[in-house]
Amino acid sequence: MEKTLYLSSSPHVHEGGTTAQAMRAVIIALLPCVGVWFFSFGLQSIIVMLLCILGCVGSEAVCQKMMGKPITIADGSAAMTGILLAFNIPPNSAWWMALLGGIVAVVLGKQVFGGLGYNSFNPALIGRTVLLISFPVQMTTWVMPRTHEITSATPLSEVKMAVGLHGAIPDELKSQLGSVLMGGFGGQLGVISGFALILGGGYLLYRKIITWHIPASFIGSAFVLGTVLWLVDSSKYPSPVFHLFTGGLLLGAFFMATDWVTTPLTPKGMLIFGTGCGVLTILIRIFGGYPEGVAFSILLMNAATPIIDRFTVPKKFGLVPEKG
Amino acid sequence: MSFVTELKRGIWTDNAVFKLGLGLCPALAVTSSALNGVGMGLAATFVLICSNVAVSSMRKIIPSKVRIPAFIVLIATFVTVVDLVMAGFLPGLHKALGIFIPLIVVNCVILGRAEAFASKNPIFHSAIDGVVMGLGFTVALLVLGSVREILGNGTIFGAGILGSSYIPALLLILPPGAFLAIGFLLGGMNKLEASKK
Repeated sequence: MEKTLYLSSSPHVHEGGTTAQAMRAVIIALLPCVGVWFFSFGLQSIIVMLLCILGCVGSEAVCQKMMGKPITIADGSAAMTGILLAFNIPPNSAWWMALLGGIVAVVLGKQVFGGLGYNSFNPALIGRTVLLISFPVQMTTWVMPRTHEITSATPLSEVKMAVGLHGAIPDELKSQLGSVLMGGFGGQLGVISGFALILGGGYLLYRKIITWHIPASFIGSAFVLGTVLWLVDSSKYPSPVFHLFTGGLLLGAFFMATDWVTTPLTPKGMLIFGTGCGVLTILIRIFGGYPEGVAFSILLMNAATPIIDRFTVPKKFGLVPEKG
Repeated sequence: MSFVTELKRGIWTDNAVFKLGLGLCPALAVTSSALNGVGMGLAATFVLICSNVAVSSMRKIIPSKVRIPAFIVLIATFVTVVDLVMAGFLPGLHKALGIFIPLIVVNCVILGRAEAFASKNPIFHSAIDGVVMGLGFTVALLVLGSVREILGNGTIFGAGILGSSYIPALLLILPPGAFLAIGFLLGGMNKLEASKK
């Protein structure tokens, strides 16, 4: 009897998927958005994206080499972080900003915690937040889509400034906000990119890379809270549709709030997570100091993930709770 | 026990901030510029030397049960001196350091040395200990303040050195930058020590 008996905890059945396959699926899901990005902002946006990827992949390799670990840049997780980061910074960013963002994302957001699977915060959002706090002016000045020349404030910061100055959204700005859907503003791509993101998100759902819980509760809660505020005072608060299609809400809901590593494990926990993200996003956008709150809200909920997991432990099958 | 080996102990091997992890609160809070770091370090050094001497000279008459309150009273005396002198002669620095000057009273470097060294050693040795530990604290704050000021503002002691094309990373002079800078400095120091062995 020379047989080795392996003992391990569940799950015992592995469907054979690898990290690399999952990351490849996410990158495929992001391709429509990359296309829209290129179509709207031109070649320089793709160069910025490549620099982000270079920063991420390069620093991942250097970190793993320095720590004497196997180099796992081929699994695509660093490249994915780079692409997500590129969507989070202006497409006309300076080369050093893109590179620095990539390095910060992987070094501070991932490798210092021990690499893939050990980070408690979304690396791409760490990169964005560090850049946003360090270079606030450069980070909130975006090129207008398709013209490539004029830079302007993002619609979210325009609304915030207008409300700050006049106490209400001026009528001329309000009529302009209608054109958000047509992609007439800098900083976001209106409905075209919205469709590209929903397409990508749909693909991830279809491949079962993500479940519906976080995107649905994120978008739903943001929409509900946006509607309530809009009904209370539509002269001061922009419409819920504006909230959904501006900034990074859809991108965040489908691609960043659904990161496996930094979000709760159970469906119930995911619903709490998504709702928290949506509510915090709207609160930061309307009452906070920064015009955009998606990144901050996801990072805050990342921080709350361990405690959400603690309170949403699933009941063991067949276990009868003891009566005290 | 020569002064040079003691100095090395204070600045490197037993550095209050980087090796003992003491006095982190002022080290993180006031080092947004090199000048603030040095100002804080020297103020704490003065208090440390005086309190070490005072504690050491009274170590035989302070009952051990009430020694901590007694140390605090002694330290508070010297902190008040520093506070008033700084307000009188360096009002700018006094304003920049703000609440952290009165808070030197509860600086764990000072209380730690009073408890661990001055209350058990003769006056002269305690004074030397105060000098080296204080200088170590000052050097740590100077390094931290310099790194943050150079990267976060492009200047050192207020003088621009990185040229106007450098866009400073504001993060470094904001609170998160303090944690990042001290983390990387600590990591670098540990790496250096490990490679020496």
